[in-house]
Amino acid sequence: MTSEIGYLAGGEQASNALPMIPRLAATDLACRRGDRLLFRGLNLQLGTGDLCHVTGANGIGKSSLLRVLAGLLSPYAGDVEREGDIGLMDERPALDPDRALGRALGFWNALDGGTDCTATYSAMGLTDLLDIPVRYLSTGQRKRAAMAALISRQVPVWLLDEPLNGLDRQAQEKVMELITQHGENGGICLIASHQDLPLDGLKTLALEEFAP
Amino acid sequence: MITTLLRRDLSRLFPFAGRGGASLPLLFFLAVAMLYPFAVGPDPQLLARTGGGVVWIAALLAAILPLDRLVQEDITLGVFDQLKLRNVTAESVMAVRLVAHWLSFGPLLVLATLPAAALLNLEGETLKLLLLGLIAGTPGLAAVGLMIAALTASLRAGAALSGLLLIPLTLPILIFGAGALARGDAASIGFAGAISLALVAVTPFAAGAAIRAAREG
Repeated sequence: MTSEIGYLAGGEQASNALPMIPRLAATDLACRRGDRLLFRGLNLQLGTGDLCHVTGANGIGKSSLLRVLAGLLSPYAGDVEREGDIGLMDERPALDPDRALGRALGFWNALDGGTDCTATYSAMGLTDLLDIPVRYLSTGQRKRAAMAALISRQVPVWLLDEPLNGLDRQAQEKVMELITQHGENGGICLIASHQDLPLDGLKTLALEEFAP
Repeated sequence: MITTLLRRDLSRLFPFAGRGGASLPLLFFLAVAMLYPFAVGPDPQLLARTGGGVVWIAALLAAILPLDRLVQEDITLGVFDQLKLRNVTAESVMAVRLVAHWLSFGPLLVLATLPAAALLNLEGETLKLLLLGLIAGTPGLAAVGLMIAALTASLRAGAALSGLLLIPLTLPILIFGAGALARGDAASIGFAGAISLALVAVTPFAAGAAIRAAREG
């Protein structure tokens, strides 16, 4: 397997990138938004290398599940156990609209330790966009930038909320490839998406089964 | 981590850096000082007696002008969520933002007081008390502004509520800071400074808690 992404190339670097064995587990999880119970009794066990597809209709609680697992929402009931840092990519890329993309990404990169991300940016096709203010970028371009920010963090657990929305086919294939590589490197990836995901060994979590 | 956060906050809030909107508080402050003599008439004694109070009100309003972009934007963008995932506490984010907010208007406001004082016929002891009072009081005004911005960020009627919250919270600073001018005693400036410091100490925690609550909401 060849890769343009720095931390994925070479066995030694890869083992440095994911020092601990990642784990993401939920027991008897329930989530309430407002006065509506979204899901209950949800159990989830994801270990190293696991890829999981969260499915369900609009408003069933896919994004809320991801936020609960990330620790951004407290669960109504149940527990979440996490091992390894969590990276969440949702519909908000957290990039300042008025800054040039390179500087907006550079802010997160500096917080994450300031490694060289040139390879990641070129892998996501962002090299020509780095001087353009984020507010002029299209939805797909922002999504690619958010993906680049996630990759360069080198965290073992990925939570992706609709990662394919707004992406052209080439970028979709790239994201699929990155998810596969992440799994092969021992990472965990949980994907909430309406689209079919052509990934090998993909588990499925149908949220309808846990609707109250 | 702190310097990275501070650099981003300053580049968003500092006047003349990036968007033009950030220099508005300063221009607003000078505009009030310029228009006031036209509104009340050019009586030098009246101006000298009331001018200090007007500068204080202008400073207060200048401090709350950028409130809407202080916290709300970052909630919408998801910046606080991404910071939380990187184990940066909301308190430290707010502490840094408080520093950036004050830096973006406090020192410039004190400097702008000099031309404003010339327009309002403020001299000697009054001007000295005014400047000292502003130096002591503006950190508190910045703290109140940030606290209110964080508390109201997730509310739909946030702007209206900010105005209501502002009155009781800034009253103590005004009483002692602007009051020093009326009484001509420097001791009340010490009180204004003490209140200021207390507000600065409380704000990161109050604003941090408000951001966490907004995330759950």
